[in-house]
Amino acid sequence: MFTIFGVPSAALFGQLLLGLINGSFYAILSLGLAVIFGLLNIINFAHGAQYMMGAFVAWMLLNYAGIGYWPALLLAPLLVGAFGVVLERVMISRLYKFDHLYGLLLTFGLALIIQGLFRNQYGVSGLPYGIPAELRGGQALGFMFLPNYRAWVVVASLVVCLVTWFVIEKTKLGAYLRAATENPTLVQAFGVNVPLMITLTYGFGVALAGFAGVLAAPIYSVNPNMGADLIIVVFAVVVIGGMGSILGSILTGFALGLVEGLTKVFYPEASATVIFVIMVLVLLVKPAGLFGRAT
Amino acid sequence: MADAAVATSGAAIGPPVIEGTGAAGFHRAIFAGLVVLLLVAPFLLYPVFLMKVLCFALFAAAFNLLLGYGGLLSFGHAAYFGMASYISAYSAKVLGFPPELAILAGTAMGAALGLLFGALAIRRQGIYFAMITLALSQMVYFFSLQAKFTGGEDGIQAVPRGTLFGILNLAIDINLYYVVAAIFLIGLYAMYRIIHSPFGQVMKAIRDNEPRAISLGYRVNQYKLALFVMSTTLAGLAGATKAIVFQLASLTDVHWSMSGEPVLMTLVGGLGTVFGPLIGAAVIVSMQNYLATLGAWVLVVQGIIFVTCVLVFREGLLGFVAKTIRRPL
Amino acid sequence: MRRSTLLATLAAGLLAGTAAQAQTAVKLGILNDMSSLYADISGPGSVVAARMAAEDFKASEKGLKVDIVSADHQNKPDVGSNIARQWYDQDGVDAIFDVTTSSVALAVSEITREKNKIFMISGGGTSDLTGSKCTANNVHWTYDTWALANGTGSALTKQGKKTWFFLTADYAFGAALERDTGEAVKKAGGTVLGSVKHPLAGADFSSFLLQAQGSKAEVIGLANAGSDTTNAIKQAAEFGITQGGQSLAGLLIFSSDVKALGLQAAQGLVLTEAFYWDQNDKTRDFSKRFAAKFDGKMPTSSQAGVYGSVLAYLETVAALKSKDTAAVMKKIKETTFDDPLMGQVTVRADGRAIHPMYLFEVKKPAESKGPWDMYKTLATIPAAEAFRPLAAGGCPLVGKS
Repeated sequence: MFTIFGVPSAALFGQLLLGLINGSFYAILSLGLAVIFGLLNIINFAHGAQYMMGAFVAWMLLNYAGIGYWPALLLAPLLVGAFGVVLERVMISRLYKFDHLYGLLLTFGLALIIQGLFRNQYGVSGLPYGIPAELRGGQALGFMFLPNYRAWVVVASLVVCLVTWFVIEKTKLGAYLRAATENPTLVQAFGVNVPLMITLTYGFGVALAGFAGVLAAPIYSVNPNMGADLIIVVFAVVVIGGMGSILGSILTGFALGLVEGLTKVFYPEASATVIFVIMVLVLLVKPAGLFGRAT
Repeated sequence: MADAAVATSGAAIGPPVIEGTGAAGFHRAIFAGLVVLLLVAPFLLYPVFLMKVLCFALFAAAFNLLLGYGGLLSFGHAAYFGMASYISAYSAKVLGFPPELAILAGTAMGAALGLLFGALAIRRQGIYFAMITLALSQMVYFFSLQAKFTGGEDGIQAVPRGTLFGILNLAIDINLYYVVAAIFLIGLYAMYRIIHSPFGQVMKAIRDNEPRAISLGYRVNQYKLALFVMSTTLAGLAGATKAIVFQLASLTDVHWSMSGEPVLMTLVGGLGTVFGPLIGAAVIVSMQNYLATLGAWVLVVQGIIFVTCVLVFREGLLGFVAKTIRRPL
Repeated sequence: MRRSTLLATLAAGLLAGTAAQAQTAVKLGILNDMSSLYADISGPGSVVAARMAAEDFKASEKGLKVDIVSADHQNKPDVGSNIARQWYDQDGVDAIFDVTTSSVALAVSEITREKNKIFMISGGGTSDLTGSKCTANNVHWTYDTWALANGTGSALTKQGKKTWFFLTADYAFGAALERDTGEAVKKAGGTVLGSVKHPLAGADFSSFLLQAQGSKAEVIGLANAGSDTTNAIKQAAEFGITQGGQSLAGLLIFSSDVKALGLQAAQGLVLTEAFYWDQNDKTRDFSKRFAAKFDGKMPTSSQAGVYGSVLAYLETVAALKSKDTAAVMKKIKETTFDDPLMGQVTVRADGRAIHPMYLFEVKKPAESKGPWDMYKTLATIPAAEAFRPLAAGGCPLVGKS
């Protein structure tokens, strides 16, 4: 096989594929943030905590109720989404008339509470969650050994992202949603229940985070801190992509996963910072983000 | 799109406008009271605890200068606080600087980093501004983790307190306390002057209605950047002093959770009040000390305070007092 | 308020001193991570262990009144040094125990030296505490990074696993682990094929594991800690690394981590520890009593070390009838302690406690007979070889005495 800058192409393909897997998580999470931001105009700082909750709910379903991975993949996002709906109704909705920054501060506080409670209850060593039997093992691709579960993560997140994009951009429901983003008062006047729509949208965005959490549970340890650092990276992803477009945030997520994968091959020391560096570059060249509209 | 709607809605972040007469004299009296309080405090309370409160109060006040008077929410102030702390510790320990120069060096770092990051961050507004400052500070965190001079996980430990101007031995807690109290008062007074200067008035105008300020011909971005740098400089001063007090600079100081501290203190004490951050810092630092044995409950309690403040107590403690006595604080 | 409690303790101390012949009041501080990354390694369990030591010692019969306080340092050196300062200055604490996380342990060591008190480390790992940063006030009881690196590195190499590749957390501590282990491997006749640095607290290790897999080394050494180690092990299982014939060696991992991982993911992992609950009758007896008081959890080596070090401290103070730091430290370094958990323990001039260490392998799920049946012993590293030679640490105290 040939080499690129001294790196065997086999290793390179392997790393690119792995980058795509990380990108899947970035994509689902930044998509959730973008959906919420689009309608509520708040940045959901609790997104990382809700991602963590998804993983924990899957763990609890298995250990307390004997419910396995596949039902959990549907149930956990629903439960976490329902929790989001309650949060929106009880707390977040009170802040719409104030500056959006209060929404950020509120969700930051919520994230602290959620993480603290889970830490008290479950410690921080992390809890084991096995890979479902159907997806154990892997494929020898020649250039790497691809665990089946990782392949499933990419497929599942791609499907979820594309369905979300389709619903928002191509259906009537999505059209209402987009219209409400532009001018809520007018849409309300047309007889659409905008507050309900806002609540459900928040619930949906949170459910996406929960879904990502379930996907992550078998790979990463189920740990109260698992979302805290990830969310900052996802913020940078969101700044790079700009939150103006659904497709944009999906593409940015996957693309940055790939870039990060490449960095791990060529200069592993920088792999933690590369996304932030890209953010700086994007800010210099195109302050509104790659897919964003100027604000 | 949405940001424009808010700028005109008049519900921007910041304190309610209170018209008071004789505010200057009133504030002079408060400052005098504060000086007396700081003079006697070490005879009543543990000086090291007081120094911690003062360092965080200065940090919170620097943050408040930016959010309360400029409407700019920085979620990455740990970067300036922490890097200043590293520079101050490094120059005192490795380069053998006397404490006054070490603190100055740290403060300069806060200013320089603030200029660099500020120039980037003000390219976006509102929520994006908060996210960018957070991401940039996370970058600083990773840098501190890997760089040689920061000592990685161990940080820079056993920093000598030294002798101030070659005469005052700072290893004695009470001596150091009065130096820290003086630094705090100078920092707070500087902020007070900034807020009440013509520059401060322009900043408030920008905070309340940016489009109007632009149409009046103000170069909004330059004003924002200037305020940002002032805030990071003072945050640097706080961090640099902290390094000398605790003889330590560590990753804690640059971690994102450190950026949350001044936000919480400012919210509790009163956003956009001069003296609020001091009250907030006193409350939060005492709480952290008192609850230290409770482990992760500290996190939960802080979260609850956050949520409560944002939902029902947006004016904070001093904001509430100010509203009651109808005088700005 | 604090001042008044201090006065009260002082007054009580004076009264006790004048009123009767005995009852020296000693106050011990257990300082560790109660809530975060290392809470399961030490945490509240260490407080339980310390209380058990005070009870088992029957302190009041021997003229000691033992008071135990505890606090959470949150893995932050500033919080830790602050608490230590306050404990010594205001609350009358005589000695601090445990202190997980090297950075905090170093900070507390600094304060302890300044205030001339005693610091008995169990959870903290860095071998600098008895090396370049040693003080006359430290006793490093349980383990240190050199011992772990040496134990795992040389023992595994001697068993025929000659080639190594390291997965190293990209910070000073990870580099030190890699360096110490690498030296042990080379000394035992092995070779280090390479290493890859990963960012601290990264969630995804797959690409680094892929590089380790590609190296074809017989052993992949995990020069990292906490969640980094557990994540790496979990993902290694997914990529079939151990099934492919490569061994994983944890250089800083504890039984609580293995418990959290589950045997399915951790099986075959090789690690060094100072203590495992199921070693002999004494350890089993202690561990069962401990578990009865602590939600059925078996003690970790670090918690066992707190028990042993508290016992040793109380024994010394009771024998001397004095808390004087210099006298107590001198006596500690002269005594051979009969630690029920770690056997015969002596303390060297640099503060290093010397006892055997053990190389364990994590059992396969099929071999395990119960939820806590996790390790099988591969080798015992005799006390004389377990720790860094006195002269090699660079401790300034060595040679003076």
